[in-house]
Amino acid sequence: MNSIKKYLGIVWLLLAPVVIYLLVSGAITHIDPTGKKDINNPIIWVIIIAIFTPVAIGLMIFGWYAWKNEYSKLPENSKEI
Amino acid sequence: MGNATSGIIQVISASSVGTMIEWYDFYIFGMLAKTISTQFFPEGNATAALLSTLAIFAAGFIVRPFGALVFGRLGDLIGRKYTFLLTLVLMGGSTFLIGLVPGYISIGIAAPILVLLLRLLQGLALGGEYGGAATYVAEHAPANKRGYYTSWIQTTATLGLFVALGVIMLVKLNMTDEQFNAQWGGWRYPFWISIFLVAVSVYIRLKMSESPLFSKLKAEGKTSSNPLKESFRHKANFKMVLLALFGAVMGQGVIWYTGQFYAQSFLETKCNIEFEQSRTIMLWAIVFATPFFLFFGWLSDKIGRKWIMLVGMLLGILTYRPIFNTFLKDTNEIAWKVDNSISIDQPIVKKEQVKNSSDTLASTTVIYSLSNGVRFTEIKTETLPADPAKTKMNTKITYKDKHLSSSIYWKFVGLVFLLILYVTMVYGPVAAFLVELFPTRIRYTSMSLPYHIGNGVFGGLVPFIGLLLTTTYPADPLVGLWYPIGIAALCFIIGAIYLNNKIDKDITD
Repeated sequence: MNSIKKYLGIVWLLLAPVVIYLLVSGAITHIDPTGKKDINNPIIWVIIIAIFTPVAIGLMIFGWYAWKNEYSKLPENSKEI
Repeated sequence: MGNATSGIIQVISASSVGTMIEWYDFYIFGMLAKTISTQFFPEGNATAALLSTLAIFAAGFIVRPFGALVFGRLGDLIGRKYTFLLTLVLMGGSTFLIGLVPGYISIGIAAPILVLLLRLLQGLALGGEYGGAATYVAEHAPANKRGYYTSWIQTTATLGLFVALGVIMLVKLNMTDEQFNAQWGGWRYPFWISIFLVAVSVYIRLKMSESPLFSKLKAEGKTSSNPLKESFRHKANFKMVLLALFGAVMGQGVIWYTGQFYAQSFLETKCNIEFEQSRTIMLWAIVFATPFFLFFGWLSDKIGRKWIMLVGMLLGILTYRPIFNTFLKDTNEIAWKVDNSISIDQPIVKKEQVKNSSDTLASTTVIYSLSNGVRFTEIKTETLPADPAKTKMNTKITYKDKHLSSSIYWKFVGLVFLLILYVTMVYGPVAAFLVELFPTRIRYTSMSLPYHIGNGVFGGLVPFIGLLLTTTYPADPLVGLWYPIGIAALCFIIGAIYLNNKIDKDITD
């Protein structure tokens, strides 16, 4: 199980930049000042990308920790935290 | 009844009622968004449109997680009791004041600015409330009942939705649309009601004492001096914050949002079910499903939290498309017309001149009543050319106000009940799960942030990503469901592999 946890870490590491890429390309495709839908509104995209980028970086860090075997054993009590 | 039992009942009541009121306050703004938009953010004004966007999106996506940090830190520094008392006052005060802001027509741009500020305060308060209430109850609960006792807090979001739906429906049913939507009309009543609810809740909470675990920590001088740093800059704790987010709360957020909000919006806008039926379908389903929050909280004390939450996600992944497809199939007017005998009311035809043209725009409204008890309205619009020799153009048929037969209605109640049952599985045990992941000295901060990112950001994005997918792939009316299905699947895999199912008996450390 620990090696699955470790190697899946690479997937999470790579998934994060893919998510950011998809969001930015989605913004470029759909932002349209003449459009009336939410997906045409640049402000909404700015908010979503601004909040999602740190979350995606968090996923990258999660992947890195998994790769470094940080999740091979979870803490048993708070003294280990 | 022993002192200990009555004590814990008071703790649960004081925490749950306040948290339910906070959810009620937060929801009524969203549910009345259309009227609020007309009153405060008039169309055609670019600044008002910008403020409206910020009010809707910034409150949930940015301010809510920020509130989790601000109040989480405060709760770990000064205590749970006063912090979640403060969030309650802030939320109730903001809600009441939104109900008092004069419309754009009276005070111009000051109106949307004030509403935006108050909405942001609501988001901030919501970000601080949940972590405090969950922590407070968990720190009073015995280890073998932590899941059950904290599951009362988990009922509050759904009950808040129930009360908000109910209050708005009651007000709306007792007046005309004009009276409801007027500048000082009925839409303001749900905001004003909030102040009474909050006053009662503040009174109850003031009489409560501080969490015993936090008090002990404080007396021993062991509280954290910098909860933010300890939560997010110490690797050992930060990795658990990330695990909580990606292995549990992210999936819980999308299941929660899809079951309660996306379903309601789908019934109203895609299935075009009439207002009263679509609301009562939700209300019945909530009534039947709410006890299961407690059941799954209780069950999590017996068999662990992990698999209950993950099975809830798995069921959503497997059944969302069939369930939503049934909603569409069973409200298909073409199939209804084929399968039943029809009676039609006298068509109402309206004609008006097309601007800058000699053509005429005609709309024909027909009310159909079918032998299976279904009724619906068909509106056909078409452009009639001035030259009768030319053919009609731009013919468009839309359907609205679909009134379901009794059998379809109760079938839909059953299906929405299933959707909310999944919510109870993922959400019922999550407070106990989060509480047990983190130490007392930084618990409020550490659990609040992943919770609000999971629910506010991942859950809150369900309609936006749904719209994005529907616009990109218009042929599939269910394509919007791939976002919650995908996020829940990702979370299921991470949770199944990385989480353990251990119940932490000792959260005093």
